[in-house]
Amino acid sequence: MVTFYRRLPKFDYLAPQSIEEALALLSRYQGSAKVIAGGSDVVPKLKRRAMKGIDYIVDLKGISGLDYISYDGAGLKLGPLATVRAVERSDVVLETFPMLAQAAESMASPQVRNRGTVVGNICNAVPSADMAPSLLTLDAKVSVVSEKGSRTVAIQDFFTGPTKTVLSADEIVTGIEIPNPPANSRGKYIKLTPRRAMDLAVVGVAVMVTPENGICKDLRIALGAVSPTPIRVAQAESILKGNKFSDELIDQVAEAAAEGCRPISDHRASAEYRRDMVRVLTRRAIRELLSDEAASAQGFGKGA
Amino acid sequence: MEQVLIKLTVNGREEDVRVSPHKTLLEVLRDDLSLTGAKNGCEDGSCGTCTVLLDGAAVRSCLLLAMEAQGHEIVTIEGLSDGQNMSPLQEIFVNQGAVQCGFCSPGMILTAKALLDSASSPTETEIREAISGNLCRCTGYTKIVEAVMAASGQPVPVRTHPYEGDVSERAAS
Repeated sequence: MVTFYRRLPKFDYLAPQSIEEALALLSRYQGSAKVIAGGSDVVPKLKRRAMKGIDYIVDLKGISGLDYISYDGAGLKLGPLATVRAVERSDVVLETFPMLAQAAESMASPQVRNRGTVVGNICNAVPSADMAPSLLTLDAKVSVVSEKGSRTVAIQDFFTGPTKTVLSADEIVTGIEIPNPPANSRGKYIKLTPRRAMDLAVVGVAVMVTPENGICKDLRIALGAVSPTPIRVAQAESILKGNKFSDELIDQVAEAAAEGCRPISDHRASAEYRRDMVRVLTRRAIRELLSDEAASAQGFGKGA
Repeated sequence: MEQVLIKLTVNGREEDVRVSPHKTLLEVLRDDLSLTGAKNGCEDGSCGTCTVLLDGAAVRSCLLLAMEAQGHEIVTIEGLSDGQNMSPLQEIFVNQGAVQCGFCSPGMILTAKALLDSASSPTETEIREAISGNLCRCTGYTKIVEAVMAASGQPVPVRTHPYEGDVSERAAS
């Protein structure tokens, strides 16, 4: 019989005032301390006893200046305390990185987004993490520090398995850097769920395409909830890159994306259905992005 | 894991509470401060009935440690009325038929308040988006959406039931 806990296990609450202090706590308590930002993933996990042996909660919210969403012309920087809600409503995100805003507003509920953070979403690292596909297509970089030093991890290398990342117990993510998308590129995130709110993605597809005179200059496709981690499908991307857009090639890309994932069957959907939906949604995303502008004049991007 | 003495600002009053660090804000509000308006539903962040306002924003008090709420303004449903009379927003919920069993009402009304405080006349889509994380198993949401529209001074759409009229007309059509 499964015991169903709804109360939190006992722990001590620590609110360091600086990153250095937080890092010292993490290195002192090794694996028994857990960092929280919004806490919206960690608290339910602790309640479910999905996370064990945590004696200390290290809350980053006592450290000032970590909730930044800043843009310097070359790219966007998100602090570890930037909430999902703030990202979804940020003018610069809406204007320059609309697929990030789309992913953000697709998550959970307004109450959860008011607390939960974008950095927390990727650190929690579920395969269906909604921020991940968009960040993967945008080639985001994750800044990580520990007492031993700092490092930058490409988002492609950040996830190592379901709820697993490259982070060790004494490391903290201090931000995400997102370079400007290529000129004239367009991107979108499509999330398949039975309900529009409070549901995890059955399949998540992020596509960014850069058309130039009917030629595909660049194509990036990332998938969520269909592999042990969110993934890019380079094989599928290469089919169109440098070629003229055609319905046949778009179909081939969609097929390759479906073949490039490793979905599981669970109560949300069968592996077969997920794979089918990757094909459908990849094709739909490319067509919709092309029909947004000039490409529609050439007869592509109609229907789904 | 010793208990600590913290200060919480709830409904404009400063409260000194001795809490264990692993207690959620919901537990402290209900068990220590006897404010049972915020309901204990799923305890998992899914149902929205524990919603309170933290510095004016709607948040889930079951996902929030009481320790995290220090230094912030907390408003619960008890903070809307003066103890005798309902606030206008609560009154409109009652008059519009948006309250049935009442279990979701504290969370719904506080979520609606957060929305109305930031948007003076929200559209139906905005209202539905705002309450998308608050489950109601009685009303079907229509009356709640109408109550929020009425509360912002907007006309409530007249909905004609498809089966209005007498039985013979219904059979004929």
